[in-house]
Amino acid sequence: MERIPILRMGRFLLVTIQVDMHDQLALALQDDLTQRIVKDRARGVLIDISSLDVVDSFIGRMISNIAAMSRVLDAQTVVVGMRPAVAITLVELGLDLPGVRTALNVERGMALLQEPLS
Amino acid sequence: MSERDNDALVALLQRHEAAILDEWLREQSASRRRGDPAQDAEARTTSRELLAAIAGALAAGGGADIAGAPWEKVRDILAELSARRANQGYSASDTATLLFALKQPLFRHLREDVKDAGKFADALWRASTVVDSLGLHATEMYQKTREQVIERQQRELLELSTPVVELWEGILALPLIGTLDSGRTQVVMESLLEKIVESGASIAIIDITGVPTVDTLVAQHLMKTVAAARLMGADCIISGIRPQIAQTIVHLGVDLAQVTTKASLADAFLVALKRTGSEVHLRQAQKG
Repeated sequence: MERIPILRMGRFLLVTIQVDMHDQLALALQDDLTQRIVKDRARGVLIDISSLDVVDSFIGRMISNIAAMSRVLDAQTVVVGMRPAVAITLVELGLDLPGVRTALNVERGMALLQEPLS
Repeated sequence: MSERDNDALVALLQRHEAAILDEWLREQSASRRRGDPAQDAEARTTSRELLAAIAGALAAGGGADIAGAPWEKVRDILAELSARRANQGYSASDTATLLFALKQPLFRHLREDVKDAGKFADALWRASTVVDSLGLHATEMYQKTREQVIERQQRELLELSTPVVELWEGILALPLIGTLDSGRTQVVMESLLEKIVESGASIAIIDITGVPTVDTLVAQHLMKTVAAARLMGADCIISGIRPQIAQTIVHLGVDLAQVTTKASLADAFLVALKRTGSEVHLRQAQKG
């Protein structure tokens, strides 16, 4: 079964979603990510969704859930690279991802994660 | 049957075409503004073409239903005429009157030519219905042209009124002018988000100085725009809130607590500069 790779960079985890998200994949990601956070004792998670151009309410909720779960495990989540169309869709769906930090690109997302550490 | 009904009219138009045209033009100029000679000449050409086309359509058996095939040429001429008059600023009734003016010369010649009372009544009825439907068609065409103008202006207005400007490196400003409705907000939101991606800005200032009223719907639209920009990683500041609007917002119970708001664009710009790590200093006044 295909899985979304989770890369480790120091104390952060980097997730780059480069395929079309479907429900099964999102659930698997949620599973993998929470396990990796615990295993690697990660302090932050960066999710890059710049190649995601379609979202539905389920995927939107998954992103929101993943962020909430990471927070419970004491890791901050930053979602980066959201496209305008995706942002508009999520807002129209009423999912404005409260509590999730966002950044325009990976570079700025990393800067956001590093802020509290320094 | 319809062709037989047309017989009297067709014969009449063939015999008296020039005379009818002259009288029609006289009637037209009586109801028209005092025009220049060029306009008179233009009216003459158009009227001659139109009259010939009407005669042709009647001879081809065109009935009172002018949507039919025999009337195609007449419809084309009418469409062109109506469009021209709409653009010249004539009213719809002016345009219809132009065609109704054809009635008097037609009726006069009919009375002279057709002696039989029954036939006269038939032909009169025929002429009347035809001219009426022509007039109505012209009015419709006129209206269509005006609607096209309005539509074009609306489109232009939409494009004109949503500029996104870069005030400083990483700081965008979106001065909103005029009433916000759903359609416009959509355009505004899209152009702001596109510009955020394009310029990599981290702060956007939405200035609502030019928005006359803020109701719950407008406030909701604003909140949506702010939320969408936040999802993309850009902060929004709403500025240019007039005292009246501040009162309305509170009375309506709109919660703007999530959003940074400033009274003026200058204040918002200062905050934005501070957040991006820039500062503005006054240069020390030079002495002497």
